[in-house]
Amino acid sequence: MSTDTVTRPVGRYAYDEVDRTFVSQRVAQFREQVGRRVAGDLTEDEFKPLRLMNGLYLQLHAYMLRVAVPYGMMGSDQMRELAHIARTYDRDYGHFTTRQNIQFNWIRLEDTPDILERLAGVNMHAIQTSGNCIRNVTCDEFAGAAADELLDPRIHAEILRQWSTLHPEFSFLPRKFKIAISGSPHDRVAARFHDIGLVAHPGPDGRPVFDVFVGGGLGRTPIIGVKLRDNLPEEDLLAYLEAVVRVYNAYGRRDNMYKARIKILVQALGVEQFREKVDAEFAQMNRADYRLEPAIVEGIRARFGIPDLDAPADAAQKLEADRKADARFDRWVRTNTHTHRHEGFISAVVSIKPDGGIPGDVTADQMDLIADLADAFSFGEIRVTHMQNVVLGHVRKDRLRDLWLRLDGAGLGTPNIGLVGDIIACPGLDYCALANARSIPIAQKLSARFANPELQENIGNLRINISGCINACGHHHAGHIGILGVDKRGEEFFQLTLGGSAENDVAIGQIIGPALPEDETVDAIARLIDTYLVLRHEGEAFIETYRRLGAASFKDAVYAPA
Amino acid sequence: MPLLENGHVTEDRWAQATAGEALPDGAVIVPLERLEEGLARPKAAPLGVAIGPDVDVAVLRPALPRLALVAVNFPTFRDGRAFTQARALREHLSFTGEIRATGTPLPDQYEFLLRCGVTTVQTDRAEDVAVWQQAHEIISIAYQPSVLHERPQGLGLRRFLGK
Ligand code: HEM
Ligand code: SF4
Repeated sequence: MSTDTVTRPVGRYAYDEVDRTFVSQRVAQFREQVGRRVAGDLTEDEFKPLRLMNGLYLQLHAYMLRVAVPYGMMGSDQMRELAHIARTYDRDYGHFTTRQNIQFNWIRLEDTPDILERLAGVNMHAIQTSGNCIRNVTCDEFAGAAADELLDPRIHAEILRQWSTLHPEFSFLPRKFKIAISGSPHDRVAARFHDIGLVAHPGPDGRPVFDVFVGGGLGRTPIIGVKLRDNLPEEDLLAYLEAVVRVYNAYGRRDNMYKARIKILVQALGVEQFREKVDAEFAQMNRADYRLEPAIVEGIRARFGIPDLDAPADAAQKLEADRKADARFDRWVRTNTHTHRHEGFISAVVSIKPDGGIPGDVTADQMDLIADLADAFSFGEIRVTHMQNVVLGHVRKDRLRDLWLRLDGAGLGTPNIGLVGDIIACPGLDYCALANARSIPIAQKLSARFANPELQENIGNLRINISGCINACGHHHAGHIGILGVDKRGEEFFQLTLGGSAENDVAIGQIIGPALPEDETVDAIARLIDTYLVLRHEGEAFIETYRRLGAASFKDAVYAPA
Repeated sequence: MPLLENGHVTEDRWAQATAGEALPDGAVIVPLERLEEGLARPKAAPLGVAIGPDVDVAVLRPALPRLALVAVNFPTFRDGRAFTQARALREHLSFTGEIRATGTPLPDQYEFLLRCGVTTVQTDRAEDVAVWQQAHEIISIAYQPSVLHERPQGLGLRRFLGK
């Protein structure tokens, strides 16, 4: 395709005619299926697997459409289209999820083919955002920008997206299957809480190699993934993943959906036996058929646009001066930015968690604004994070204050990344058909309670995660403080877990005692945090104090009213 | 139950072994438990075997040279183990005979079936052949190689489906 010389979209894979044809064929296929459903030729039972294959759920009040944002990367054009969809087909907003997708909660079945067609127009789709297949591959929100990165994981994330798309053997697995990939020694993708977690780094000869974790997951049985292999060569990446997923497809349980995840298989067989099965499959494969040749990788890499990083020599000094001159801006830079590999640039995190707001909810106008700001400040490139925030990856340091002023003016400048206000919450009983309790109101109350930015910064790094039921979509097991909604005789109660983490210090939170009624939960957490402030050593984060002292010191605070 | 091949209804020349009865003379599909019995028949009579989704196809290795058909089963469309079985029969065991999908696969899975090496489908749903045919034709691009060794598209692992 020699005519295809247009500028590549920065940070993501540029579709060509073949990719576009594929997506529009899928839209046509789904339009036909919806037609059969609306005409009554398909029963709801028959239609269900077909709609799920296109990301369409039936929730409490309406259909919900989950749109894929592959490895969290999108362009301003795509964000504007999402704004349009929110405005035209939903109630003016969308919801960023922890799996780097966006959900629309109020969709009409009849509109869905049109929505998918609009998405196709900007090279987006909802393929494999649902169903028992390999789901949207997630990756580091600072990919290709972070100073600590060893290898840009997006190229391989795109290769995995392609490989897994309508994979003939793996579209009807025992259960959904999630892969995350990181290229940094600092795990920002929760690699050990995925069915497969890949950590990429350069091998001895400089070519990429992968450490492979398998069998992690949350849900009702949270399990930390185990290392299956070190230093998997790039050319064997697909062959090895095929082998792992084949073993899972053949041996994963199907009799009980709660025991169908690969984590249960790995536990049942034991890592050694699981590894033997994978190795046996790997050994008998015709590896040439699956070899990931460097030429293929380079071909995909060439379809990614890269930012032309060029900043004035004094950009960093200008930022220092701006920070000195404005304490509010200085605070936001402290909390909401991440070090860039280029000294003149920085990555900015836009908090989608305003004080008292609903984590992850964005209005159509905010989407448009984020798109404009991405164009003005970050090469039109936008990243959705698994913490339900948005990142502008490459902002020139001397222009950071201008960006902040615009965000702040629109209510998107909340300085709370990594702090108490940066809560992850699932949709809970407000939308989700599986929920036992509402997650959103607790998140809102906590965030309002700790709105004071000085207080938040004083408390420091703290991860609060909320799920409305045992399925753990809000990652409560992986929160420093986890909150799980439970139902007791028709009343909402909340179970607290402490000590979880999804980062390098990965851990599953421990339940500290009986669940609390709704109206006591926020107070109990406030007492918990007060206790930490009293007990902490200088410079110690909540999780460190908790690990040093154990649950007992905090239990009293939770259960003894002040 | 109609039999589909390449999106068209075709005649089924195979008989199924009936429980408790002696095997008939012609082409017959036996359940795995009766494979020995089938293999003991005169060599000229075509033999097929039907396996459940929990069978490791490697157990068929010694019998495969004598088998003209392997039937794999989808107890529900959600149970995708037979995809792996079919693919392994082609890829690891180099089986070149008929692979027949039975049970209740969906028309929308047709392309997956073919790409994993299934050649015929025997299903209640085959009464609506047009839907199967359409499912077969609607997508012309794939993003990964398959046992059919489709023509590569050029970029990455993409393939053109069909002719
Ligand atoms: C509203 C519709 C939703 C439904 C019906 C739903 C359903 C489920 C179910 C059934 C599970 C358990 C899976 C298992 O352990 O086998 C699960 C887990 C999960 N969901 Fe959701 N979910 C929904 C929304 C969300 C949202 C909005 C997010 C992100 C904010 C999310 C992220 C997750 C994650 C991260 C897990 C844990 C996965 C794991 O164990 O590896 N889900 N969900
Ligand atoms: S954790 Fe439960 S309530 Fe929350 S979104 Fe997931 S399934 Fe729904």
